[in-house]
Amino acid sequence: MSKQVQQLDRVIIRFAGDSGDGMQLTGDRFTQESAIFGNDLMTLPNFPAEIRAPQGTIPGVSSFQVHFADHQILTAGDAPDVLVAMNPAALKANLGDLPKGATVIVDSHDFTKRNLSKAGYDADPLESIGDAGSVLGEYAVHPVDLTGMTVEAVKEFGLSRKDAARAKNMFALGLLSWMYGRPTEPTIGFLTKRFAKVPDIREANIAAFKAGWNFGETTEAFAVSYEIKPAPMAPGTYRNISGNLALAYGLVAAGVRSDLPVFLGSYPITPASDILHELSKHKSFGVTTLQAEDEIAGIGAAIGASYAGALGVTTTSGPGIALKSEAIGLAVMTELPLLVVNVQRGGPSTGLPTKTEQADLLQAMFGRNGEAPVAIVAPQSPGDCFDAALEAARIAVTYRTPVMLLSDGYIANGSEPWRIPEISELPTIDPGFATAPAVGEDGSTPEFEPYARDPETLARPWAIPGTAGLEHRIGGLEKGDGHGNISYDPANHDKMVRLRQAKIDKIADSLPPLEVDDPSGRARVLVIGWGSTYGPIGAGVRRVRKAGFNVAQAHLRHLNPFPKDLGEILQGYDKILVPEMNLGQLSLLLRAEYLVDAVGFNVVRGLPLKAAELADAIAELVGEAEGVPVDLAQNIDPESTTDLEVAK
Amino acid sequence: MTATDASTELGLPAFRTGTELVPALPEGQTQTGKDFTSDQEVRWCPGCGDYAVLKAVQGFLPDLGLRRENIVFVSGIGCSSRFPYYLDTFGMHSIHGRAPSIATGLATAREDLSVWVVTGDGDALSIGGNHLIHALRRNVNMTILLFNNRIYGLTKGQYSPTSETGKVTKSTPVGSIDQPFNPVSLALGAEASFVARTIDSDRKHLTSVLSAAAAHRGTSLVEIYQNCPIFNDGAFEDLKGRDTKDESIIPLVHGEPIVFAGGAKGVVRDPATGGVKVAQVEEVGLDAVLVHDAHNTDPTVAFAISRLTAADYLHQAPIGIFRQVERPTYDDQARAQVSAAVDAAAASPDERLGALLGAGDTWTVV
Repeated sequence: MSKQVQQLDRVIIRFAGDSGDGMQLTGDRFTQESAIFGNDLMTLPNFPAEIRAPQGTIPGVSSFQVHFADHQILTAGDAPDVLVAMNPAALKANLGDLPKGATVIVDSHDFTKRNLSKAGYDADPLESIGDAGSVLGEYAVHPVDLTGMTVEAVKEFGLSRKDAARAKNMFALGLLSWMYGRPTEPTIGFLTKRFAKVPDIREANIAAFKAGWNFGETTEAFAVSYEIKPAPMAPGTYRNISGNLALAYGLVAAGVRSDLPVFLGSYPITPASDILHELSKHKSFGVTTLQAEDEIAGIGAAIGASYAGALGVTTTSGPGIALKSEAIGLAVMTELPLLVVNVQRGGPSTGLPTKTEQADLLQAMFGRNGEAPVAIVAPQSPGDCFDAALEAARIAVTYRTPVMLLSDGYIANGSEPWRIPEISELPTIDPGFATAPAVGEDGSTPEFEPYARDPETLARPWAIPGTAGLEHRIGGLEKGDGHGNISYDPANHDKMVRLRQAKIDKIADSLPPLEVDDPSGRARVLVIGWGSTYGPIGAGVRRVRKAGFNVAQAHLRHLNPFPKDLGEILQGYDKILVPEMNLGQLSLLLRAEYLVDAVGFNVVRGLPLKAAELADAIAELVGEAEGVPVDLAQNIDPESTTDLEVAK
Repeated sequence: MTATDASTELGLPAFRTGTELVPALPEGQTQTGKDFTSDQEVRWCPGCGDYAVLKAVQGFLPDLGLRRENIVFVSGIGCSSRFPYYLDTFGMHSIHGRAPSIATGLATAREDLSVWVVTGDGDALSIGGNHLIHALRRNVNMTILLFNNRIYGLTKGQYSPTSETGKVTKSTPVGSIDQPFNPVSLALGAEASFVARTIDSDRKHLTSVLSAAAAHRGTSLVEIYQNCPIFNDGAFEDLKGRDTKDESIIPLVHGEPIVFAGGAKGVVRDPATGGVKVAQVEEVGLDAVLVHDAHNTDPTVAFAISRLTAADYLHQAPIGIFRQVERPTYDDQARAQVSAAVDAAAASPDERLGALLGAGDTWTVV
């Protein structure tokens, strides 16, 4: 039977199941297949903080969304076109996100009375498929006995029923791989390697995967398969990469390109622990990782290593930053290079450990006692975490200062294709250690001044133990300008407070001009953001432009100091929109610094901003600025084949 | 696999001294206490025990024969934590309680440094208690000097975690209801590899303990009884008084029977508690007296001896090295893991970085 193949330009699939159903792995494999196939893509893993929440319940649902396309995309997508639900709870938890007409594939095997009741269904929604007004009335639903067919497909391997049924995620992956013409070799290769030591499990998983594919090809339930052509991308070699992995690689690269040993002091915390795990594998690059007794000891050890001449790094999430604040202040006072990585999550307090948020910007700016400025750098996408880590290291080493690197849960766990850089393209970083003072003609050596400053950067010398003639004492008490001894002199304190601020401000001299994307040059509204909102903002902006309106976009990588031309850029627009996953922290800073009427677009749901909602907010502001009504839906050019990246 | 097996596997020699990897002074060159004295004015109260310890340390450091620039003193917050400013070495006066964590990073990053931590009873046992026990557990190569004056001095006289129950202070006007820590018992409980106690006023004993602590590879904890003349004067009077000290100090010498009070009293096992107690030697006989074994790998007896320290007014305390055992250090093993991996790598770092970034499932767009 030959089946119809339909062309699509993009698809958003969400795999959802119980925490133990292997949905993250399934989504990750589908993503890898799509990446190797050459689609552009973005992913959004979404899982509970509990390792195994009660089975079959809504709090226990784990999902993985992947958006893949034949052209460049910017987000993991607002709403899935396809939902794969492994049980009633997964169906119920995700149904509300689906647009009308979406495809729903469910494992009918798990729709038992008990599971239905756990999910809060009074009646089995599968029994009323096709009835107008029923739960699933608006969707194209395919009930498939995934578990039953999986057990049947793997029976020759003699597994227990429980083990056999566990391969059902691979059956589902096989089915979806068929539907979207994904290459199968990478997954078979992956399973072969992953289960190399347990042959029966390995064979069962491969058999389930193939059975899923074959089922799609033969069953009449699925009449159509789809083709999404590879996306044009700049020449180069690519891989799919998550933000945490890219950030860890960026730190390794910073060590190599500065010729400094990297020293990580860290305490495990979601969603930052992956960076500790990854760096602990790279000892061959001279990377030392210390799993400390607590957050404070993590940064303490990093500061000690930094004083010793290593690239000191500590990684954590918001609650950990709260604990490290005093030590960050010490690094400000002692003016030592230090990288502080904050993979932000929902707060306050323990908040939402596995969900994303960007509400730690003001904590990074001001969350210490006294005037304690630190540099702040924020990556904008998973792959960008690599470059941002290198940039943070450059600033820390060059200016002898702590640098806060603000990632977040969305880009940390999400992934995208990443062009692998040539090593020779990467910047080098010069530690410029202080050397022993020269002996004068009279045989005397000048007194070493640990707080003397480089006139260009205002950085003090990095004088490491073991260098004769540079013995000196540093610490948290105020230091005398130049000589660095304890000083309680009022004028000195005023001077030092200003010097520490001036040093951070000086970093702006080394920054490139802020890029503003304003294709028409006639935009009156500027949308400006920072961090992981880059994708959703870009997608929202695209939609507004597609509808025929002008809007400019800029994205801040450096939050402290701001780029020097930022004020001038802001002044050039009538309206400024600042979308953030917080209640307006960048807005507050921009308003305070530049006296502009920045308008916030603020959503704090623990999820990335939705491009469609953002587009509406931008359109409204464009309408106000231009004095014309803006209705996006009416103005979209129906002939366009370009993606709008919003819900259909 | 035991810890010793691990160190053998990593190719470490079984024994090293604490300063073995620290560069020594060139042959024939010597230093004096003056070389270790910074130009900073010492600002402790007149009569403070810290002066005596500073003098002893400045007098002792030249004996190590190490390059001054390879010695680092790290401190926390408190009166004693000003110590690094007065020594002409590298030093960091850090934040309250965190010195052991900073020293851990320093000592792990560099094998060629002699790392010292100066801390007090509040700094080490209250706000920094967690870092102290974990430093001891890890056995990082450093020496911790814990100045115990049983009071908060810098904040002007509140009770500390070593103050006796019932102590009347500014924050406990009707008496403290906190149970005090015994720092030596705590360190032994954390299985520290070197635990000793000495007194600020006995320079000879202090110096001998410092010397043994510096020679020990691993975390050495030295509790120093130190008098605060302003807020807790006389706390150690019985251990110092000409007429009382023989009756109060229980001297610990490895390989010697534990006797004091001119040989009249001795420490014997107490079958009733499983611990130890003080007995009249005349009654029990010298053979029944415990012979001190600081090298016993089991810390149980050392712990029992530490319990002979009076918990309230200090009328009795064992003084000396309670425990000194060989155990692989965290920093040596961490460096060995890194250097083994570095040595096994053939290509240049840039080449290997390229291979790392390009590993896994990749595709090429032309």
